[in-house]
Amino acid sequence: MRIIAIAGRVLRELVRDKRTLALMFIAPILIMWLMNVMFSANSSTDVSLATVDVPRVVRQNLDQVKGVSVHQYQQQSNANKALHQQKVDGVISYHANHYQVTYANTDASKTALTKQALHAALTGQTITTLTGTIQQLQTTLMKVNPQATPAAHPQPTPRITNHYQYGDQNTNFFAKIIPILMGFFIFFFVFLISGMGLLNERINGTLGRLLATPVKRSEIVYGYMLSYGILAIIQSTIIVLATIWLLKVEVVGNVFSIILISLLFALVALAFGILMSTLANSEFQMMQFIPLVVVPQVFFSGIIPLDSMAHWVQYIGKVLPLTYSGDALTRIVMDGTKLSQLGGDIGALFIFLIILVILNIIGLKRYRKV
Amino acid sequence: MTTTISLQALQKSFDSHPVLRGINLTVKSGEIVGLIGPSGAGKSTIIKTMLGMERADSGQARVLNTQMPNRLILGQIGYMAQTDALYESLTGRENLTFFGRMKLISGTQLKAEITHVSQVVDLTDDLDKRVAGYSGGMKRRLSLAIALLGHPKLLILDEPTVGIDPALRRQVWHELGILRDQGCSILVTTHVMSEAELTDRVALLIGGRITAFDHPQKLEQAYGVPTIEDVFLKAEKEATTCE
Repeated sequence: MRIIAIAGRVLRELVRDKRTLALMFIAPILIMWLMNVMFSANSSTDVSLATVDVPRVVRQNLDQVKGVSVHQYQQQSNANKALHQQKVDGVISYHANHYQVTYANTDASKTALTKQALHAALTGQTITTLTGTIQQLQTTLMKVNPQATPAAHPQPTPRITNHYQYGDQNTNFFAKIIPILMGFFIFFFVFLISGMGLLNERINGTLGRLLATPVKRSEIVYGYMLSYGILAIIQSTIIVLATIWLLKVEVVGNVFSIILISLLFALVALAFGILMSTLANSEFQMMQFIPLVVVPQVFFSGIIPLDSMAHWVQYIGKVLPLTYSGDALTRIVMDGTKLSQLGGDIGALFIFLIILVILNIIGLKRYRKV
Repeated sequence: MTTTISLQALQKSFDSHPVLRGINLTVKSGEIVGLIGPSGAGKSTIIKTMLGMERADSGQARVLNTQMPNRLILGQIGYMAQTDALYESLTGRENLTFFGRMKLISGTQLKAEITHVSQVVDLTDDLDKRVAGYSGGMKRRLSLAIALLGHPKLLILDEPTVGIDPALRRQVWHELGILRDQGCSILVTTHVMSEAELTDRVALLIGGRITAFDHPQKLEQAYGVPTIEDVFLKAEKEATTCE
């Protein structure tokens, strides 16, 4: 009964705070939409290269590579000047079977394309030479032995048809990070708003007044959990629907599984926010936890694959809750994994939740001894 | 007359800095006790110990015959803090309803109590406005109304009349008098010395000790001065010369 009254009060306060509500519900969609636009931008790289004394075949081959244009220079110094003045993105010069390449290297993708193009052009040159040699040999062969069967017709180029297990040819990096982002938004907003909420209660004295009634310390924590749990359900539903309908990201698994994981994760974020708020003395100090607590979680959450990193880095990831929700949500969204197969992640989140809730209930003893 | 608050040899230090140095204080049912003292003398610490928010290092704190800290007994205590401590985005009625529910009052009883306490503090017409739009005095009155919920046997009021205009201050004291006559115990801290005259007994708290504790007029006689304010100044002077 007291739990419901506390939850009702927290929700009522939030509903009347229109800006915070908008922040919770609209900001994630806006950010995800922006990221979608950024990552799906067709990044065609164009490189213009200066060549000095490069053989004609190689030059032609280079020019044929998509996105590469070749400008021939007679003198190395002029080519270098052009590079310096940013007219070209690289200079290739040839001398005594040795290619010297200078990259502007201000854009890594242009450097990569140049390397790739030169490699392809050189391979192409070898093939052209080989073909020429074979043709010569054949002509010679025909002359020597006219009965010899001419070479079979060249095989047609093999066709490639692509099949995608998840998504389609437009699936990009954004699709991979979206499940992690879902979890991140829930964590970020619930952590911050609930932490601020309890901090404000402490600063303006309502927590003291609340504790001067016979309310149990656990009832305060559960009341907060109930209200923010409801909020997290609404928030994650909105985010999931926006992901599917607005951003057209394919969700293989069950939407309700996503909402359930989000709810569990929101409760972890809530308990974490409340615990951190006891260490802060002002809203500004609460904001200071963002670079310390919130941002590092993003790095360890799987957006950047951790498999290849040092062991100690991987262990840090294991003690951060976003790792588990990111993993669970990724598997639901991309592989369609069922909740029953996510026991490890769910169990880990529950352990975080139970420990944090206990710490919070004990922590409130600072403000009332019983 | 029964004793509602009984503090005996109460000691409390924060970071080895003593704040309370052996407090003896009793409040009986049907009396208003004033607690006056300079800032930093330990008034808030005494109140926090009585409410169980702090635990005394030594000595005894019994409230309504219960050793504090105790959670359930808080339901019979009405507490009004120095800060208004209200939920600003909620209306006055919603604040009252919330704190009423925390004391497990509900339904028609809660409605009747809200009507009653809002009449006492003269807030009936503003009950459905949000607290953010209240004046300082209105917030103070709502804060007092919350403390009055649930017919508490003991009222602990920390600076209840700060920011209230004189007419209303008189009204509040009149109401406290009525509650006292109904058998309620009231402990009031105050900075307003003229208010201390209105109490049945007044305790002077200086440097973590109760230096005097008696009826206001008896104190004035004992110190040979005309007002409580002079008693206060004289007692403070004596305390500093002693140390």
